[in-house]
Amino acid sequence: MLMISTGNKAIAAAVRQAAPSVVAAYPITPQTEIIEQIAAYVAAGEVETEYIPVESEHSAMAACIGASATGVRTFTATSSHGLLYMHEMLHWAAGARLPIVMANVNRAVGPGWNTWAEHTDAFSQRDTGWLQVFVGTVQEAYDATLMAFRIAEDERVLLPVMVNLDGFTLSHIMQSLETVDLGDFIPPNRLPYAIDVENPMGYGPMTGPDDYFRFRWDIERSMRDAHEVIRETEEEFARRFGRKYGPAEEYRCEDAEVVVVSMGTLGKEAEVAVDILRKEGIKAGSMRLRWFRPFPDIDLRGREVVVIDRDYSFGFGGVVAASLKAKTGTECYNVIAGLGGQEVTYDDIAEFVRTRRIGEEMWFGVSE
Amino acid sequence: MSEIPKEEYLTTCTAACAGCSSSLSLRYVLKAAGPDTVLVVPACCTSVIQGMYPNTSFNVPVYNIAFAAAAACASGMSKAFRSAGKKTNVIVYAGDGGTVDIGIQALSGAFERGTDFLYICYDNEAYGNTGMQRSGATPLGAVTTTTPAGKTETKKDLDRIVAAHNPPYMATACSAYPLDLYKKVKKALSIEGPKFIHILAPCPPGWRYNSDKTIEVGKLAVKTGSWVLYEREYGKLTVSGPSRTALKKPHPIEEYIRAQGRFKKATPEIIAELQQSIEKNLARIKKEEEGIC
Repeated sequence: MLMISTGNKAIAAAVRQAAPSVVAAYPITPQTEIIEQIAAYVAAGEVETEYIPVESEHSAMAACIGASATGVRTFTATSSHGLLYMHEMLHWAAGARLPIVMANVNRAVGPGWNTWAEHTDAFSQRDTGWLQVFVGTVQEAYDATLMAFRIAEDERVLLPVMVNLDGFTLSHIMQSLETVDLGDFIPPNRLPYAIDVENPMGYGPMTGPDDYFRFRWDIERSMRDAHEVIRETEEEFARRFGRKYGPAEEYRCEDAEVVVVSMGTLGKEAEVAVDILRKEGIKAGSMRLRWFRPFPDIDLRGREVVVIDRDYSFGFGGVVAASLKAKTGTECYNVIAGLGGQEVTYDDIAEFVRTRRIGEEMWFGVSE
Repeated sequence: MSEIPKEEYLTTCTAACAGCSSSLSLRYVLKAAGPDTVLVVPACCTSVIQGMYPNTSFNVPVYNIAFAAAAACASGMSKAFRSAGKKTNVIVYAGDGGTVDIGIQALSGAFERGTDFLYICYDNEAYGNTGMQRSGATPLGAVTTTTPAGKTETKKDLDRIVAAHNPPYMATACSAYPLDLYKKVKKALSIEGPKFIHILAPCPPGWRYNSDKTIEVGKLAVKTGSWVLYEREYGKLTVSGPSRTALKKPHPIEEYIRAQGRFKKATPEIIAELQQSIEKNLARIKKEEEGIC
């Protein structure tokens, strides 16, 4: 069905179709619309979900953990401070190998108090063991959420997945959305070690160094396997529903001499910037990273790279630029832009490319 | 005692200290609950007592969760079992620190939402697992490793906090009276909605008495009225049998205090204050049982 939807409502629509048994959530701007919509679906009897309106995000994730451990499908959504308040439980969910799916509406972290887009909230959870995907459109928010359930629940993965969308610039904007007839795209959730009173076991008990270390390695092994599961899932999605995704969305990259690397909605702005630059004779391309964990294998050899980071690791550098450099050895022009919802247009991005100084870092509109 | 099942859900080889009354209580809790039960345990002595991976000393599934999260985790679990059409008992077995301090937000939220579960706080009046630091449940005057001169604040009144949530069933119990505890767990699990049982669990290393005195110390707590056993069903309070005598005339607090090393720094003024608070509490409970307040 073709409709007009916000990013938030697209997520809720996908959740309704995936029909988790338990949704536990706490409201926070700009995520509220997701859980309001799910609450409305539940109230109207449009989905068989137990909706738990918890008293905090820490409890939201704890409730999802308790529910997921019994083998049922679970979902929650949050943003910014809510995500940070969950931090302890994010480690718990991944360590316990629970395939919880969560939407995180990317938002700045105070103080100062700011409800607009920034990726710092999600990146500060990067070592929790969660898979993280960043979407660029309303359609992709919907599609990625559906795929997230299948990826998380795959026996080769069994790790939680976070679907990230930019606060307001995607959560609240209206774009066209085509929903799918899901069919059996998401198989029933089968947790091999679900709580079973007939076969009592201890879950998450005290663990000595050797076993603990093996468990950590097991998470990493599943993260590596997740590359393949993600690829298979995205290919299957393309076969069934006609929309194709990959670890990164490349735009006019084939012959590009300079590539803009970014995440989230800025990646879509970068595509317009690339068209402008091409008209000026600059062979530009855009690469929007979709997956942050597991970090994609990308090839940027022989190109100049401009990385836009909507985040910062203080005392160090932009997180995406640093990750790219660590993974590929690529030097870049690192532009820090869009923090706290700062407006960044395609014209601005084109200018970043025109004035690039490879090997340097620039804070857009602030440091110069 | 004949009505108590012979089945054991807690094995004899646990990592509990000698004379541990919280594991004794848990033994009776599980006997009352039976095999269709899942325990949710935050960081506390019980998470140690169950032993090291890959072993467990419990014969029911036990889900270990972070300190602040037990009631919320149980909320999700309870709803998940309901969605799957299962009647499985979900029981939180948490220490006082995880209940009156770090876990109280989740506890309050779960009770406000009417979660169908039983929350049991076994109260050894300190952070026993980490070596006896003070908690909000530590009584006035007690020496702990973080109150070396004796605690200067009174014990947080958890029961009145829980009562303010109007759960259909709540009770107090003491490890020294296992049959009373057994019956209360049975009754709690027969009722739909959020249930709460607060067990006083004397702790030999923490309270500084010999491990063979655990039952004796528990009984002294009840006889002196320091701990009052009662049930509150749909708001109606009934004092339990073992506390009837104390309600009429409690033994002097000194009997209870002298049995433990942790009160060795309690001054006569502190002992008098403890005695006064007992009398005030007993009077309040008496009035409530008579329906005066």
